[in-house]
Amino acid sequence: MLRFVARRILLMIPVLFGLMVLLFVWVRALPGDPARALLGEKATPASIASVNEQYGFDQPLIQQFLTYTSQLLQGNFGNSPRTGEPVLETFIERFPATMELAIAALIFATVVGIPLGYWAAKRAGGWMDTFAVGTSLAGVVIPVFVLAYFLKLVFAVGLPGPLHALAVLPSSGRQNPRIDATHITNFYVLDGLLTREWDAAWDASVHLILPAIALGSIPLAIIVRMTRASVIDVLSEDYVRTANAKGLAQSTITRRHVLRNALLPVITVIGLQTGALLAGAVLTESVFAINGIGSYLFQAISTLDFVVLQGFILYIAVIYAVVNLMVDLAYGVIDPRLRTR
Amino acid sequence: MTALDALQGPIDEGLIGKPPEDERGTSLWRGAFRRLRRNPSAIIGSVIVIMLVLIALLAPLLAPYEPASSEWIDQVTPASVPGPSPGHPLGLDSFGSDMLTQLIYGARQTLVIGIVSTMIGVIGGAALGVLAGGLGGWWDTGVMRFVDILLSIPSLLLAVSIAAVMGANQWAIMIAIGAAQIPIFARLLRGSMLGQRRQDYVLAASSLGLRHRRIVMGHVLPNSLGPLIVQATLVLATATIEVAALSYLGLGQPDPAVAEWGRMVVKGQDRLQSDPRLTILPGLCMTITALGFTLFGEALREALDPKSRR
Repeated sequence: MLRFVARRILLMIPVLFGLMVLLFVWVRALPGDPARALLGEKATPASIASVNEQYGFDQPLIQQFLTYTSQLLQGNFGNSPRTGEPVLETFIERFPATMELAIAALIFATVVGIPLGYWAAKRAGGWMDTFAVGTSLAGVVIPVFVLAYFLKLVFAVGLPGPLHALAVLPSSGRQNPRIDATHITNFYVLDGLLTREWDAAWDASVHLILPAIALGSIPLAIIVRMTRASVIDVLSEDYVRTANAKGLAQSTITRRHVLRNALLPVITVIGLQTGALLAGAVLTESVFAINGIGSYLFQAISTLDFVVLQGFILYIAVIYAVVNLMVDLAYGVIDPRLRTR
Repeated sequence: MTALDALQGPIDEGLIGKPPEDERGTSLWRGAFRRLRRNPSAIIGSVIVIMLVLIALLAPLLAPYEPASSEWIDQVTPASVPGPSPGHPLGLDSFGSDMLTQLIYGARQTLVIGIVSTMIGVIGGAALGVLAGGLGGWWDTGVMRFVDILLSIPSLLLAVSIAAVMGANQWAIMIAIGAAQIPIFARLLRGSMLGQRRQDYVLAASSLGLRHRRIVMGHVLPNSLGPLIVQATLVLATATIEVAALSYLGLGQPDPAVAEWGRMVVKGQDRLQSDPRLTILPGLCMTITALGFTLFGEALREALDPKSRR
């Protein structure tokens, strides 16, 4: 097990280094003079020179790369030329909002998706199955931001006519600004619970509902599909027939034999969804005006703030790699057979 | 018939059995086609796809007006856009053009971007996959590490990074969406080729003294293409959605004269409350298109999967 962990961690290093090189090349491949792009139309030669000096754009490429690498290794990712804020600090400050949203989306997708997939498999071919397969198709084919707009329109902004009564949820933000909440961790729901400000925790949770459903539609589709396929496979296994034959209670068979075996591939898929969740957050957060890394990336993309883009893509890749490492480790815990291999 | 045959007769029938009438002597693809014809979702999917292709090809004949004419711009006010009327069955869009015309021409744009970007992904991915799966050794390690690096970036962000470098134009969108799919195609083809390399016919071909390149290109590659084709169909659906996402991020089609569903959705958001039609209609078109490709792709996957061949 330990060797397995060490090998997995070592394998991450070349990938991350390669990504660093790729991002470095990418920023230099951007069209136009970076300093000019930064300062816009009103740039004077003097201001361009000062920006070049500040960011080292006028150094030879090798020199630039060495500076870049040594700064990265020290955890220094530079400042955003647009806002002047350090990239790393901005990321850390905004990360809890995105993390909270991603966790809420995953909870929604898992809590709805696994039972839906399970019941679809139990009654394969029935109306429940059709409904589950339909749901998962809808999650794949409806663009996230279109779904986000519709949820917002129906449940927050309000449709004209009698359906207006459905609009009971907040349309944007993370918390009602009129609530005087204390923030310790920047995870608003958690903060509310820690400080026992129940109304703050409740308000933050209510704000999460619509964005979480919109963002959760991506993993929901895949979780339903994987659970269904996997449960159908397991239900035809000999050990399930044996368990039935020896008269075990249905709930025991479900819990101990079917779900435990069927959920293994589902967990891997959940891990692989991290990337999609973080990318989907770019779209969801800007629809619901949530100040996470997604909406910051959105601004960085529209203003071509490549210092921020470069840093954020690297962080997202690291998070993605770490989550998948944890998924692999969780595998070892859930499936004892893998520990000895 | 000998005595021994008579003895073995019934057992023989039971154990080996004859292939069912319709499976005898059919190729993989012919069998798959037969299974597709029996699958309702494949039929729905292909009907949608065929309709889309027809609409795109016949757009000038089907559309009641010229695209992006902005002819009725004087009827559009900041507060409202005229809805359905006898001359305009789906109303106008916020630029004063006929909605139906814009939607019909949008099908063209979606199809062109979808097909070209998928081809970029398939060709790029196949080239890398053949290098890795066909040559093996250091090539395999090198190419697959590169693919790992690309896979560590979520595909939408990868597309965004490429589009940002190339600037906003038609080719940039297609290359960005296509290139973001290259690592997935590469990994898929490599896996499929590695599986084929262990087959007996490869051993037979190499013992006949065929050259490595001929075995790979003439035998292994054609037999490994199944998963790639299925994935390509599914990517056509993804491409439709990613075009819209790029539009939303401001990296979409810059020319306002080209009708594009993604931009229509994005432009419609300003009037979401007063006129949801402007967002719903193009959103619906995208969803139906993606649904068509997905249904067809999933059915194709099932039809080619040996496990489902019963």
